[in-house]
Amino acid sequence: METILEVNNVVKQFGGFTALSGVKVNVHKGERLGLIGPNGSGKTTLINCISGAFTDYEGAIHFNGQDISKLKAHERTKRGIARSFQIPRPFSSMTVMENLLVPFAFVGGKDGPEQQAEAMEILRGMGLADKAFVQSNQLSQVELRKMELARAMAAKPKLLISDEAMAGLSGNEVDEVLEILFDLNKLGITIIMIEHIMQAVMKFSERVICLDAGKIICEGTPENIVKNPDVQRAYLGD
Amino acid sequence: MNVNEYIFFAGFVILQFVVLATAWNILGGYAGYVNFGVPAFIAVGAYTAVVLFKSISAPLVVQIIGGGILAGLLGLTVGLLTLKLRGIFFSIATVAVVFILETVVMNWRYVGGATGLQLTRPQDLWIFDTYTRMLFFVMAVLAIGSVSIARYIQDSFLGRGLRAVRDSEEAAECSGVPTLKIKLIACTISGALMGIAGAPMPMYLSYIEPTATFNLNYSISALGMPIIGGTSHWIGPVIGALLLATIQQVVTVTVSNELNVLVVGVLLVLFVVLAPDGILGLIKKWKQSSK
Repeated sequence: METILEVNNVVKQFGGFTALSGVKVNVHKGERLGLIGPNGSGKTTLINCISGAFTDYEGAIHFNGQDISKLKAHERTKRGIARSFQIPRPFSSMTVMENLLVPFAFVGGKDGPEQQAEAMEILRGMGLADKAFVQSNQLSQVELRKMELARAMAAKPKLLISDEAMAGLSGNEVDEVLEILFDLNKLGITIIMIEHIMQAVMKFSERVICLDAGKIICEGTPENIVKNPDVQRAYLGD
Repeated sequence: MNVNEYIFFAGFVILQFVVLATAWNILGGYAGYVNFGVPAFIAVGAYTAVVLFKSISAPLVVQIIGGGILAGLLGLTVGLLTLKLRGIFFSIATVAVVFILETVVMNWRYVGGATGLQLTRPQDLWIFDTYTRMLFFVMAVLAIGSVSIARYIQDSFLGRGLRAVRDSEEAAECSGVPTLKIKLIACTISGALMGIAGAPMPMYLSYIEPTATFNLNYSISALGMPIIGGTSHWIGPVIGALLLATIQQVVTVTVSNELNVLVVGVLLVLFVVLAPDGILGLIKKWKQSSK
């Protein structure tokens, strides 16, 4: 299988605290990868290193065979890495449509009628077409989560990182977001899902990686991960 | 034309504030980066004009262009040094620029140092009856130009990117917006426009001195006017400047010059507390409630 993302020995420190110590991850094209771990295990830090929110780390990150370690976040977005945020970060002074037009303008270089039609198509796929011209600060929690995914899609990503897109959602809403992520994956987009809702991760992921204290403690199929004693210890303690 | 000369004298100041408020809003309103260093940019424009006039007797247009270019370069430099800072840290850094430049000018004898410099207006009046009328016309052109630039920016990629930066810089960056680059562009344009607003000042007063030129009241007004008018749209600073600067001029003539600052302060507090989206926000609310 072709590798789309290689994370090689990434070490990230905050002062004296080591958030990631020598993390190695390979992600394959079209894969659905789950990233789990208890709070503070380094999941979001790893995502921040991959997306370019942090660039002051040791080690290297390759995307599509090219070293992107020193690239800023917007340059990585242009290369095809998009993400959603743990706490939604809408452009609250803009409508939902305008939120999507930001990546269309800055990644694609155009935000005319053709891009607006394309944005509407993305919103339709997310079930947000009727909210297109609503101010984004008036959306519900699940709508905000969907809008973040829609905005990430407007950047036409090859790799989508979903950072706890289901946090705080009801069972039905979790299923809705899962369905959206499955649909995006069917379009050929590689997806890394960080999630605390284990049922969702296990249902969605082809492969799961578990982090604890900044290190990968195991990886494998969802079935193997849930039985792994290291994972159980990380979540439940000795 | 038989019009009271004071109308042009006061009108110049009102239009100058239209330029300053519009310029401030490009970075402060669109991108949410509060610049307290307005007097530094005005002063660079004004003192560049003085140097050009004193050294090569440059005409007003050249003084304005020179002032705009140097103030734009100051904007770029300040941006490069400070725009990696966010929130209050950026604002504090811009105040420091005012004090640094004021100290330089205070000790620069060529432009009059701390005591200032008297200037004799040239005789060239174009088609105008008086030099004040000509300056009023020039400032009107600069105001129209500044507002046109602000309007263009608002509707462009740059404006959309700046709004995204204001709402969430991290999300903007992850949406492909080169945040530092567009902030630098905004800081340069904003600085250049403040510089062109300051360039005709020495000729307007026939005099220049650092204490008045570097007065931090310019920062309060340039910030207060867009907040009172509304920062989200290019017309907001225009409304705020026309309203506030006119009130200030009326107060100056009828009550006292010192009361100017009080007027801005009181209105600013009232708007921040009661109508944070300014007059434009109030109009929007009124329209929504009357539907």
